[in-house]
Amino acid sequence: MSMLHFVALAPFIVAIIIPFLYKKFRHIHTGWFVLPVPLLLFIYLIQYLPLGGEAMEIVENTVAWVPSLGINYTVYLDGLSLLFALLITGIGALVVLYSIYYIANKRDEPLNNFYVFLLMFMGAMLGVVLSDNLMVLYVFWEITSLSSSLLIAYWYHKEKSRYGALKSMLITVAGGFAMLAGFALLYVMTGALGSATFSIREIISYADVLKDSPLFLPAMLLILLGAFTKSAQFPFHIWLPDAMEAPTPVSAYLHSATMVKAGIYLVARFTPLFGGEAEWFWIVTGVGLFTMLWGSVSAIRQKDLKSILAFSTISQLGLIMSLLGLGSAALYFDIPNAGSVYSVAILAAIFHLVNHATFKGSLFMVVGIVDHETGTRDIRKLGGLMALMPITFTISLIGIASMAGLPPFNGFLSKEMFFTGTLQSMTLDIFNVQTLGFIFPVVAWIASVFTFIYSMILFFKTFTGKYQPEKLDKEAHEAPMGLLIPPIILASLVVIFGFFPNLLAYTIIDPAMQSILPGLLTEGEQFDVKIYHWHGLNPELFMTIAVVAFGTLIYLNLDRWKETTFFMRERDPLNAFYDNGLDGLVTGSQKVTKLQMTGLLRDYILYMLVFIIGMITWTFIKFNAFQYDFANLTLVPPYLWIVILVIIAASISLPFISHRISSILVLGVIGFLVALLFVIFRAPDLALTQLLIETVMVVLFLLAYIYLPELKKIDVKPRFNIFNLVVSIGMGLVVIVTGISVHAMRNDLDITSISEYFIENSKALGGGYNMVNVILVDFRGMDTLLEVLVLSIAALGVVTMIKLKMKGGEDI
Amino acid sequence: MKTNYLMLHTITRIVTFIILSFSIYLFFAGHNSPGGGFIGGLMMASGLILLYLSFDLKTIKRVLPFDYSTLIATGLLIALLTGFNGLLFGDPFLTQYFDYFELPILGEVELTTALPFDLGVFIVVVAITLLIILTIAEDDS
Repeated sequence: MSMLHFVALAPFIVAIIIPFLYKKFRHIHTGWFVLPVPLLLFIYLIQYLPLGGEAMEIVENTVAWVPSLGINYTVYLDGLSLLFALLITGIGALVVLYSIYYIANKRDEPLNNFYVFLLMFMGAMLGVVLSDNLMVLYVFWEITSLSSSLLIAYWYHKEKSRYGALKSMLITVAGGFAMLAGFALLYVMTGALGSATFSIREIISYADVLKDSPLFLPAMLLILLGAFTKSAQFPFHIWLPDAMEAPTPVSAYLHSATMVKAGIYLVARFTPLFGGEAEWFWIVTGVGLFTMLWGSVSAIRQKDLKSILAFSTISQLGLIMSLLGLGSAALYFDIPNAGSVYSVAILAAIFHLVNHATFKGSLFMVVGIVDHETGTRDIRKLGGLMALMPITFTISLIGIASMAGLPPFNGFLSKEMFFTGTLQSMTLDIFNVQTLGFIFPVVAWIASVFTFIYSMILFFKTFTGKYQPEKLDKEAHEAPMGLLIPPIILASLVVIFGFFPNLLAYTIIDPAMQSILPGLLTEGEQFDVKIYHWHGLNPELFMTIAVVAFGTLIYLNLDRWKETTFFMRERDPLNAFYDNGLDGLVTGSQKVTKLQMTGLLRDYILYMLVFIIGMITWTFIKFNAFQYDFANLTLVPPYLWIVILVIIAASISLPFISHRISSILVLGVIGFLVALLFVIFRAPDLALTQLLIETVMVVLFLLAYIYLPELKKIDVKPRFNIFNLVVSIGMGLVVIVTGISVHAMRNDLDITSISEYFIENSKALGGGYNMVNVILVDFRGMDTLLEVLVLSIAALGVVTMIKLKMKGGEDI
Repeated sequence: MKTNYLMLHTITRIVTFIILSFSIYLFFAGHNSPGGGFIGGLMMASGLILLYLSFDLKTIKRVLPFDYSTLIATGLLIALLTGFNGLLFGDPFLTQYFDYFELPILGEVELTTALPFDLGVFIVVVAITLLIILTIAEDDS
């Protein structure tokens, strides 16, 4: 166990202690006990940053967990992991600080739950980004799903919270299962190479060979499904807006900076394996771009601040995803000059990832403050807060400008690089991009226009216009300092990264790029990471200017379209699929159950018989098993014919008898005739037993008879009766055919019967001439013992049922 | 209505003995001829049922004061203990032994541990048959 192992485990350990601290120190806000955890982890992790401009040292440590299955808790810290780990711990610390002031230390507020879930989530998230073992990664992945659902439903008395939690749980866990299947396929593929492994690094080292496996594409699709559900990509994004029922610190943490980026992490982590494939390029880029467009268009319809931010997050995640897809082309082996042109997209992706975490985190916190201080998040009620909440306003301005992609903030830089990436991808001559590539910059540009519009809505509707105190629950005023510090820190980072983007260049971006795009560089070389504000008058700049111009134009005319149904509908239309699907699943399964579970024993017997007939018939046909061989048959004497005919006649008459006494007597007749058969076939013991048992049975039937009602004619549809007839005849035929075939096969195989042994040894070993009895008590006495036990249990059962009769209405 | 079952009673008194003797014959003959614990037990149960049928339940209960549930347990115990007998001699469970002995009156007789095992079966069969039939017959609801 190294220190690094404890980075992921520390939050879990603290989570165990938190409830005790909560109970013991009720007057101190529990959040103060939590705050040191992410803070110390952040300080610890920051030491791994390569500050001197040299390459980052990669750390790896293994602790065996289930070594026999190749499952080990391996921590692997490279540039990508470090970037995510710093985001998780850094923003985690700020969110904990924010939540201390956001969720008041009231008596009925279950703070212990909140911080236990939050710590669980933090630990799981760190585990996801630090694990090198697929199974361990999956375990942490599912803990993030679980704890995020718990956090969404923190105010579980609200129905919408429970709805949102269930939705996010179903969607992310479904994706998680798909991902698990993908991981299993990877394991199988490496197993085919002779070295089955769960280690991501080892799997990536086999990338060249694995590409030819038939399982390669299924594994890619399944893993992508996991990444897309987690990162709210189209069409799985619908859980994210409903997850906004969570407390705002949770939204800020989970739904802007960490959990939704787990899918991004997964895609980035697996780019060295799948990147360079056309399917990967098109799926990741296409889904990302479409999600970006869909999210930004949906965001302008929202009336709730958090919903706007939710769709904005979806859109920005789509942007990052599409950049990762575009950048993966750099790994295509046919590209000359090491594909450094396309690696710009990866650079942009990482840079925007950091930027998004900073400005989106601060915006969520700001929205939380507005909610906290005015009592509403509805943009139709808000307005004119600029003068009342100057600090909040300033932070928002920075965050929104960065989100919209305006200079001089960091969002502008990553937006420019995004345009560069899409424009350069047009020049690709692989993957059929030369014909369809023009779509990338066009979609990107349209999405950016809509991004600009919702940013303007967010800003102007909240802070400008008229202040409407009559619509608000509270008197609006500036928030306390504690609430403001975390967003101030994040906003300052937005500004710092905006003015000095190269602070990040060789500390964070370059190491992360090296882990996403390995093999492009020779030893000791570094990516050329230089981020400038001024590129000259290039197409990207004109695109940005056009975005601002068109965005402003559309925003000014927004009132004309306000009354259209497009703007009235806030809910994403895809929710209909989810809701109807879930309803359909419930009602559909109820229908199937009702159709099949009729409660009539007759039906269940029919199912069983039909199944048995079907199975035996299928087996006969499949193995061509029907045989007949009428040699070795005994001659049937006339008296045997008579006995058999009488048995058949009695059996056939049974269903037509409508009087119970007659039925009982006919059954008795059959029983005595069977005894006669035993006599004919020379089985005296059986004949005796059969006679006696049949007598006792008839006596019992007659005893029970007096309690029975007269048989009634039941109106059953004739169709049903015919079906019964067919099934019963079928069953009879199946048994007959089986008997004939078994007989024929026995002749063929010439099996020696075990009875030879019994005949020879009955006297010598058992000491008796009655072989049947010697078998019963000596050779196979165990069977007899247990059968006697069966009889005893039956007798005791009868006694229990009759003597300990339940009074009416009781369930037995 | 008072009925006189003189014929039935008289015949039952004679026939029962024949049936019971036959059942005991079947039980002992089992090892070498048709018969055995199961058939003997059923036969004895039939004889006893005849008694119950011709006389009333209370009288027969006084004559045969057995608790049939206890009898079931006794029979099972006898069969089980016979099985454990084999373990004492280091043989598998339910190993049966037999040998020939010279007895004072009967002459050479084969004695086998299968006999007590069969006796257990016999007792259980008698007891369960009577228990089931009497329980149902006594039920007056």
